[in-house]
Amino acid sequence: MIIHHPLLGPRDASEFVYLGAATLLDRPDPQTATPDDWHAYAYLRDNPAGPHRELWFHEGGDRSWLVVTRDTTTHEITDVALARDVALERRK
Amino acid sequence: MRYSGFRIIKEALTGHRGWGPAWREPEPKAHYDIIVIGGGGHGLATAHYLASVYQQKSVAVLEKGWIGGGNVGRNTTIIRSNYLLDGNEPFYEFSLKLWEGLEQDLNYNAMVSQRGIINLIHSDAQRDAFTRRGNAMILNGADAELLDEAAVRREYPYLNFRDARFPIKGGLAQRRGGTVRHDAVAWGFARAADSRGVDIIQNCEVTGFRIQDGTCTGVETSRGFIGATKVGCAVAGSSGRLMAHADMRLPIESHVLQAFVSEGLKPILPGVITFGAGHFYVSQSDKGGLVFGGDIDGYNSYAQRGNLPVVEDVCEGGMAIMPMIGRARLLRMWGGIMDMSMDGSPIIDRTHIDGLYFNGGWCYGGFKATPASGYTFAHLLATDTPHHVATAYRFDRFRTGHMIDEKGVGNQPNLH
Repeated sequence: MIIHHPLLGPRDASEFVYLGAATLLDRPDPQTATPDDWHAYAYLRDNPAGPHRELWFHEGGDRSWLVVTRDTTTHEITDVALARDVALERRK
Repeated sequence: MRYSGFRIIKEALTGHRGWGPAWREPEPKAHYDIIVIGGGGHGLATAHYLASVYQQKSVAVLEKGWIGGGNVGRNTTIIRSNYLLDGNEPFYEFSLKLWEGLEQDLNYNAMVSQRGIINLIHSDAQRDAFTRRGNAMILNGADAELLDEAAVRREYPYLNFRDARFPIKGGLAQRRGGTVRHDAVAWGFARAADSRGVDIIQNCEVTGFRIQDGTCTGVETSRGFIGATKVGCAVAGSSGRLMAHADMRLPIESHVLQAFVSEGLKPILPGVITFGAGHFYVSQSDKGGLVFGGDIDGYNSYAQRGNLPVVEDVCEGGMAIMPMIGRARLLRMWGGIMDMSMDGSPIIDRTHIDGLYFNGGWCYGGFKATPASGYTFAHLLATDTPHHVATAYRFDRFRTGHMIDEKGVGNQPNLH
């Protein structure tokens, strides 16, 4: 797999470490979250067959976190964004 | 028809015209007491034990493709019960005992071969960990034997004992471990279940559950609606896809694991060798091919094929431990889809929907568990109580903190 890094261009996936679904960006608010919220956040996954938004860490490169949209049935990557940009966009 | 040596002689003398199909191809009925979704090893084993041990008369197995076409035919065929934790070891030892009597139970030659498995030791810390694991195995009624370097050398003189990074210092052996002909496991369970009246319905994909007032009353399939009092799901690898039809999110990610077979070689490997430090495990099939595998690719996938970096990594692991295989050529490689759970251990439990039961999350240890998984899931389906060796495999263990995490790596499925 080749991941098209927004800053560095096409990079081999073996330079990256995979964390999991991009829902991990949506951490519950510690002030209001219930144990159920934490259980769902930490342990439950959608695990779709098809497009999947997920977090990859460029460990062998610039150490940036990326949100990669990848089809889990074909491994085709359709979108790559810096996780930082995704998080900032959401805060607006 | 009962298979026997006498039967073979009789058929040989009569031109082999008496062998019939090993199971029927029935049309689905309108309603069953119990429907098992998934005609792989675990689903067929569940059906077999439902019919034989729990005396269920109205059971169907629904399979979207053909039976044995999924993970039961895509693994590295190893059986063992060398686990550490109390939630796991009694279950896997129960499974190994079922393997030992399986062929007589099924009247089918599954080529169960207890050729022994050795986990290699490379350091003092690993020896301590394996000693503890061996003791846990013995306490749970399994067999374990700690080998020093000379003992491993006697059995496998060609391993790379003097490697600079991972010198071999010994091994933890389980003599009762070994390999099984994996396709024959699916066929044997299917034939035995069918002979007791279980309907095995192939090319019948479940497309939804009919759930009314919190109770599952049947399944929508590509061959129409089929009613059921109880529905058991045993589709590890595709659990996320199937349970999404019931609006369930699972503590599971689907990952791809690759496996490999070399060209046929003369007999060289008498048992199973695992090289945990580099994550490489290998045995030799009766046809002579080296059957081996390594780590999962590490990202969510339903593709049944992996990528080249892991191929390189696995082959490097093989070369590190057995440099003599460098000239052997790969014959085949393939990928299978694993339910990687959040603690590396499986789930056999009721769901929050009445009449809907779940069996999955087998990570890459599903094959060895096949008979016990079927037995304990049948117990749960028939009696509504967990079998005593499977009480820890609950859905709510993640909520209550009772994880069964052999490696202690936490909720990171690609590290289990």
